[in-house]
Parts: sequence; C-alpha cells; structure tokens
Amino acid sequence: MKRLTKLALLLSTAAIFTNGCSSIEPWVKPYERERLADPIMSLESHPVSTRYINHVYESREAARGAEGSAGGGCGCN
Amino acid sequence: MAAVAATKVLTGAVNRLQRLIAGGLLLCAGFAAQAAVLPEDRLDILYHAFDGGGVTIDGPSILVRKDFANTVSVSANYYLDMVSSASIDVEVSGASRYEEERTEYSVGIDYLYDRTLMSLSYTNSTENDYEADTVGFGISQEFFGAMTTLTMGFSIGDNTIRRTNDDEFEEEAQGRRYSIGLSQVLTKNWMAAIGIESVADEGYLQNPYRFVRFFNPTSPTEFTLEEENYPDTRNSDALSLRTMYYLPYRASLRGEYRLYSDNWGIEASNYEVRYIHPVGQNWVFEAKFRQYEQTKADFYQDIYEFAGEKTLRGRDKELSTYTTTSFGLGVSYQVRSQYLSVFDKSTINLFWDFMQFRYDDFRDARESLRTDPNTDVPAGQESLYEFDANVIRLFISFWY
Repeated sequence: MKRLTKLALLLSTAAIFTNGCSSIEPWVKPYERERLADPIMSLESHPVSTRYINHVYESREAARGAEGSAGGGCGCN
Repeated sequence: MAAVAATKVLTGAVNRLQRLIAGGLLLCAGFAAQAAVLPEDRLDILYHAFDGGGVTIDGPSILVRKDFANTVSVSANYYLDMVSSASIDVEVSGASRYEEERTEYSVGIDYLYDRTLMSLSYTNSTENDYEADTVGFGISQEFFGAMTTLTMGFSIGDNTIRRTNDDEFEEEAQGRRYSIGLSQVLTKNWMAAIGIESVADEGYLQNPYRFVRFFNPTSPTEFTLEEENYPDTRNSDALSLRTMYYLPYRASLRGEYRLYSDNWGIEASNYEVRYIHPVGQNWVFEAKFRQYEQTKADFYQDIYEFAGEKTLRGRDKELSTYTTTSFGLGVSYQVRSQYLSVFDKSTINLFWDFMQFRYDDFRDARESLRTDPNTDVPAGQESLYEFDANVIRLFISFWY
C-alpha cells in the first residue's frame, strides 16, 4: 500500500512537470521575487544549526527522513 | 502462494514504473532547466548543548564552504559530542554515569555542470563503541523560470557496533536512504516544498546496553532484566511539507508538517510553526513551536510477564508512545561591517529550545527499585516517565 501511495505521489509530480515542459508560463516573474529573495524567506538559514537540531530530533524520536537537510550516519545509539 | 506471487509481480512493476518516472522527470528537468547556483561561501562556528533526562551533551561544530571558479564548491564539517550520561536507562540497568565522545567529520563537493548541481558527501562518525561511514549523492535542478527546484538524493551507510568491555562483541548494520524533494514558488510572497524519504536499515539495529524488564517470578512486585531483541530490518517512509510566507510587513512565517510510518508499527507526525521578525538592519528575532507524537513499535512493551515471553522485545523509550513539545527562541545580530571588514557579512546567533518529553507507556522503573519500603511502588505501577530538556545553539557565521 505504501508503495502505491508513493507511486501516486510520483505520478502527480510527473504530471506537474509534464505540464512544466509544455504550456504553463512561470507566473512569478524574476523582478517580482524581491521578497522571496529576502534572507528571512530562506527555509533553512543556518546549515550548521539546522544539521544539529535535526540530529537532536533524530536521536530522540523514532521518525527519521524528509528533514530537509542531509542526514544519515548519526550513530544515535 | 498465489497472493505472494501477485505481490512480487506488483512490487516489481511498481519499482520499474518508479524508475521510469524518475528517469522521465530528469529528462524533463534537463529540457526546462535554468542555471542553478552553488551554495554560499561561509564559515560557521557553533557551540551546542543538550541538557535533560540526566544527560548532558555539548561540543563544537565547524562548517566551512568555499567555491572555486563558480563551478565547484567544497565543504567540510567537524562535529564533536561530549556526552555525560546518567539517563533513566543507565540508572535502571544498575550502571553508573558514563562519559564518552562522538567525533564526526564530513566532507562534501558540489559540482555545477551545464545547469545541473550534483553533490557528493562522505561522513565518518566515531565513538569508542560505534563507527559509522556514510556516502551520499544528490542532484538538484532549478527549472520552470527558476520557480521549481527538484532534488533527488541517495545515501548508503555502514555501521559497526561494539560493546565496551566485551572484545568478542561486534555487529554490523547497513542503511540506505532514498529521497526526492520539490520546492515551488507559489506567489511573490509564498513558497512551499514537499519531500519524501524512504530509509531501509538492515543488521544489528538495537542498543547492546539496553534491556527489557519482566516481573521477577519469585517477587512479582519487583522486576528483572533481559536483553532486547529487535527485528533485523527496518523500512520507513516519511513525507514532509514545508512552507514560507512573507507577511504584509517585513516578517515571515514558516510552517512544517511531517508524516512518518515504518514496518515496526510506528506512526508519527510532527508540525512546527516559526515566526521570523527582523528589527532594523542588524537584528532578527525568531520564535517557534513544535510538537511531535508517535505510536509505539509493535514489539515494544514497558514490562513483560516472564523472561522470553516474546521473541521480539524492546523497551527503548524512543519506541514507546509519547509526545514531544518544544518552544524555541532565537536571535541573530549582524555585526556592523566596519568591525569585521574582511568578511562580506558576519552574524552572532543564539537559539534556545525548551523540549518536554511525555511518555504514555514508559514507566519510571526507578520508583520500584527504591529500597525504602515507605516509598516502594510495585513493578509495573510506577508513574509514567517524563523529562524536560534545554537545547542551546550559539554560533558565529562569516560570509566571504
């Protein structure tokens, strides 16, 4: 079942990109991205700090993966 | 038998289809690509500290990154954990406080080639009783007018587990991670990112120092310990959604939600809301709230009826049902350029997190270990365990 869910997600992603390949035009123009380029809009502003707090979570919570930054090899035991 | 065969056929077909779609996505990305950029050149020097549940862990982390000819960017990270632990597990097993260190080195290289950013990384983590090596590969591409970024990653890790004062003991574990991520600009004030990651672990996945407990057959108000026994494979899937929104004034809101499930029966979810508020040219303040909850692993039990009651058994509190709630505050100060003109930009940052761990089926077994008959609690009827922790991140960053 999980595989099927993943497949469905992948398919919908593929659908978005197939559209991206053809007709839809980017609707936020480069000159309209001043706010998006502001450092306060960065999903992760501080890599060393994010890496550490994700390690704190991963070593104290069972869930792992999809943290949004490099993981693995944490020797958490 | 027929059902098993059908499942195998379906799994094979799904795998082939996933490879095809992934290949197609790459192809599409190749056609529609815009120039990607290398990560920023910067140096971060961090002091980190965790204090809670009888455990203190602190140490430094240094991350440096430099690009060459706008084509290659190399990074290196040194990280140290200095652990002093008298956690509830240590106390219940009858051991005394121990000290140890974990040292981690990472190196990475990012390579920008014809609109594609590829990255390769290697991490080594060493403790006196644990060694881990991980190699990771990632590929990232901006396209659709730089409104969309697609990222894919794969890593493979090898772990060697030893036990202090037991030269005979040596076990192995391997882990593989597969991830795919997509970030999308939605409006001129709003962006979102979705990520999926599957992790497959195989080998010795338990902790060689941890025990389960069962009722003492000769004195049922007390308990006795025996070794844990975990399955030797673990497969998990996680799906995350992150979003950033620029408010009508200069401040931003960050939201995050993640769903998790694995074949040990653990279902987890967490969400986080962060508010980021600059003040003037030099200060940025941040506040956050995060909550994490999970259900227990199928083989987890706080106390067993008798020794060997279950073949698979575990009493790691991270496999129980519990909730973690965190509150966090942070402040960054950008040092005026005349004081550190050798750098383009320099910041001093302090982040503090307060975490509350509340367990629903992990009891404080120390209560039934007490020798005072007035405060003695029978095994299995102790109060539920809980603890709070403070986490500090103090770091300076330099851009050049």
